[in-house]
Amino acid sequence: MEEFINKKIKQIKKGDQNAFAEVVELYKDKIFQLCYRMLGNVHEAEDIAQEAFIRVYMNIHSFDMNKKFSTWIYRIATNLSIDRIRKKKPDYYLDAEVAGTEGLTMYSQVSSDIAMPEKEVEAIELQETIQKEILKLPDKYRSVIVLRYIEELSLQEIAEILELPVGTVKTRIHRGREALRKQLRHL
Amino acid sequence: MIGVSKMKCPKHVVEMIHKYLDGDLHEDEGRELKKHLQSCEDCKAHYQELEKAVAFVKSISHVEAPADFTQKVLEKLPKEKRTVSTRRWFRNHPFFSAAALFVILMTGSLFASYEESQFSVTKYDNLVVDNRTVIVPEGETVKGDITVKNGDIKIEGKVEGNVTVINGDQYLASAGQVTGEVEEINELFEWLWYEVKSTLSEVFKQ
Ligand SMILES: [Zn+2]
Repeated sequence: MEEFINKKIKQIKKGDQNAFAEVVELYKDKIFQLCYRMLGNVHEAEDIAQEAFIRVYMNIHSFDMNKKFSTWIYRIATNLSIDRIRKKKPDYYLDAEVAGTEGLTMYSQVSSDIAMPEKEVEAIELQETIQKEILKLPDKYRSVIVLRYIEELSLQEIAEILELPVGTVKTRIHRGREALRKQLRHL
Repeated sequence: MIGVSKMKCPKHVVEMIHKYLDGDLHEDEGRELKKHLQSCEDCKAHYQELEKAVAFVKSISHVEAPADFTQKVLEKLPKEKRTVSTRRWFRNHPFFSAAALFVILMTGSLFASYEESQFSVTKYDNLVVDNRTVIVPEGETVKGDITVKNGDIKIEGKVEGNVTVINGDQYLASAGQVTGEVEEINELFEWLWYEVKSTLSEVFKQ
């Protein structure tokens, strides 16, 4: 895997966009999912995930091939998501919630199109609730929780992505878990 | 009641639960935790709520990017350097490449020219040359193409044209700007394609 990626990176460094497309294909779902769970909005997630890949392409010359590529792209996407969260004004949150009913979240988009059995509707509603609770977490807890439990990365990898000591990552995960425990215990 | 039972719980039980969830718990701590959870409803509930929260979060993974994601990213990139698509074309048409190479080798000029390691650069009045490094100074604009052979180029100002570096490196400062294409030709292999291209374009010109 690393060997394949390094080969592609060498080609991208020469400006080969076909090689770049292969790398995008490989990571697009993981990166989009990260952005979507961090931001809670399909359009914003798409926007930020695209931006992350464009930054990879534009900065490929500064990438150290002795390091893990996935760590680098996760770092870019996480930082861009956090920047976006911080730039959101409080009133934007209100807008987003109102707009959510018009199909801005992934599940209402799906559910508006097709008539679904009761059970599936319930499952989708549960997922929307969980997403909403994740979005209530402050960004420093939200990022570690998403990286750990949605992207399923190890504590060590998360520490490298966020450029933090493993101990700090653990503390943040503990606090994030405690917050989610209180928010989700009645479900 | 809850208040009373909380009093008797060692403070570090919750800490141990988190360590357990992170796979960091030592064997003896594990035994201690298990024993406590069997006898304490509050801590057991705390543990189960944490497990439930984690399971809920995990259950919402498996989101996929929109179908046209890659296409949209590619559309936003700057136009691909023509030289790369040329190189890719040659790579995908090995027979033609071999034939072209043969023609070039027959001309006999190739290796002679490759071995020349004389430093040279396209002449412009505002270029600074410092021991095989060509500098486009900050605030200066070079109007035209620059080719550097067997040396490096540092671009701090602006180049209105293409930059080609043969057997050297190019450094683009953050304030530097090149309106055309930047190409580095370092290895013998790339040098071959460079020769192929220039020979071919000469052939087609005639
Ligand atoms: Zn207890």
